[in-house]
Amino acid sequence: MSVAPARDKNSREDLPGSRLAWFTRLYLPTIAKGMLISLRHFFRKPVTIQYPEQKAKISERFRGEHRLTKDADGNMKCVACYMCATACPAQCIHIEAQAAPPEWENRDKIPKVFEIDMLKCIYCGYCVEACPKEAIEMTNKVPQVYDNRQAFIYGLNKLLNN
Amino acid sequence: METVWSLLRNPWVIMAIKIGVGLGLVMGMVPMMVWMERKVSARFQLRRGPNRVGPFGLFQLVADSLKLLWKEDFLPRNTDRIVFLAAPIMAFLPGVLSFALIPIGVAGGNELLGPGGVMAVSYISMGLLVIMAVSSVAAYGIAFAGWASNNQYSLLGGIRSSAQLISYEIVMGMAVVALLMMTGTLNLAEIVQQQAVPLFHISFLPHWVNALIPSWNIIRQPLTFILFLVAAFAETNRAPFDLPEAEQELVGGYHTEYTGMRYAWFMNGEYAAMFTMCAVLTTLFLGGWTFPGLGWVSAHMPSVIDWVMGILHLNISGQAVAWIPIGLITFGAFFTKVALLVFFFMWVRWTLPRFRWDQLMKLGWNVLIPLALANIIGTALFLEYVASRFGFGG
Repeated sequence: MSVAPARDKNSREDLPGSRLAWFTRLYLPTIAKGMLISLRHFFRKPVTIQYPEQKAKISERFRGEHRLTKDADGNMKCVACYMCATACPAQCIHIEAQAAPPEWENRDKIPKVFEIDMLKCIYCGYCVEACPKEAIEMTNKVPQVYDNRQAFIYGLNKLLNN
Repeated sequence: METVWSLLRNPWVIMAIKIGVGLGLVMGMVPMMVWMERKVSARFQLRRGPNRVGPFGLFQLVADSLKLLWKEDFLPRNTDRIVFLAAPIMAFLPGVLSFALIPIGVAGGNELLGPGGVMAVSYISMGLLVIMAVSSVAAYGIAFAGWASNNQYSLLGGIRSSAQLISYEIVMGMAVVALLMMTGTLNLAEIVQQQAVPLFHISFLPHWVNALIPSWNIIRQPLTFILFLVAAFAETNRAPFDLPEAEQELVGGYHTEYTGMRYAWFMNGEYAAMFTMCAVLTTLFLGGWTFPGLGWVSAHMPSVIDWVMGILHLNISGQAVAWIPIGLITFGAFFTKVALLVFFFMWVRWTLPRFRWDQLMKLGWNVLIPLALANIIGTALFLEYVASRFGFGG
């Protein structure tokens, strides 16, 4: 079985010896085509979003900052089960539990401390998936910027009202 | 009033005004072109470009110039001091100097501004030759900058630039030779006037229909135009021939070590050279200040002025002042063509990728120079055997 010898891609022999190949090697037709394409872009509307005045439209499904949800009575749904902290790949959730007040009859525990370090968080949403009570969810708020590290650690209050 | 008029007729005063206008035109166009480049490149990339400072971002160029002015004037150690300081000036001057030779309009036969009313800072009979000579000096500025910076990137940029400019200078010179065979003169104003006549004289058509197609050299010598255009891109270091400052591989190329205002002189020089090159292209190939219908406009201008002055009850003869609007109109035509060419330069820059070094040399020596030689021979044969028989061409 005979195999054709490998050819150098850049060699001229590789191009078919027709008049078309000669014409192509002039590059001028291709340049003209490219120029027309860029000219079409020139007359298109710019896609720029003028940031401080206009803001980009953020999808409802955007995974932004977290929020702790409340039930119908206005109590937080969280039962301090540590499922979210366990599922978190970035290990940014810190929970300390305490006994639930006696009048909250549907549970034993509530969190005393619930902190998410927003600098560590990778916004993957695994905590939301892990939660058995649908107590944590993600808003479409774009992660905020602060001037000190402490401010990035969101506590219980901030997360409940987020 | 009388003293002002006599002062304005003093040749020295006229010369000073001409120099001021010529210099101001180039130096004023440089920031405008930087702004235009930023706007145009933005639009090609679906962006908006500068639009925060002033209307349409126009004050951006003021802000940029002020920034460059106030920056520290830094001199690196171990540079060749004198050459290092002279290089930006040498890179900048040729662009401005050669613009002085280009006729930017004609003042309707008024001899005040120049022989035959030609508006040029310096109207000499061999302007094209001087332009070719002066513009090649720009290569020295770049080569000196690369050499004096004591920096390998700069040196590479400088060497590339010298090789590139020398190679494409030959192409440009040969393209001009073919053009000169047809024009028979180095006088830029005469070259422009030759292009004002209609290309064809078809007897059964009315004169104004014939006049619609002027004998611009881009029509008479398209190959020469393409050769000259490619060489012009290379001469002005514009993309796709911007290898001397290929920022991806050479940092900043020859001006890596330059900061602040010294860097700005290189930038100014680049844009001034581009403006001048567009002006040369306009003069040589696009009919300079002429346009179809100029003869009709100039012939009717005095009576139009007389009519307007009659309405305004002013005792000014149209014949005497017609040169002012005609001068402005011809300059407008010239300037429009130059501006369109500048846009074309930018359009090419934001479309084509940069050549590789070996491709650049191959294109110059293996393609363009043989083409230019063939063009010279072809033009000669055409002039000898075709044009002389049928009575058109040179």
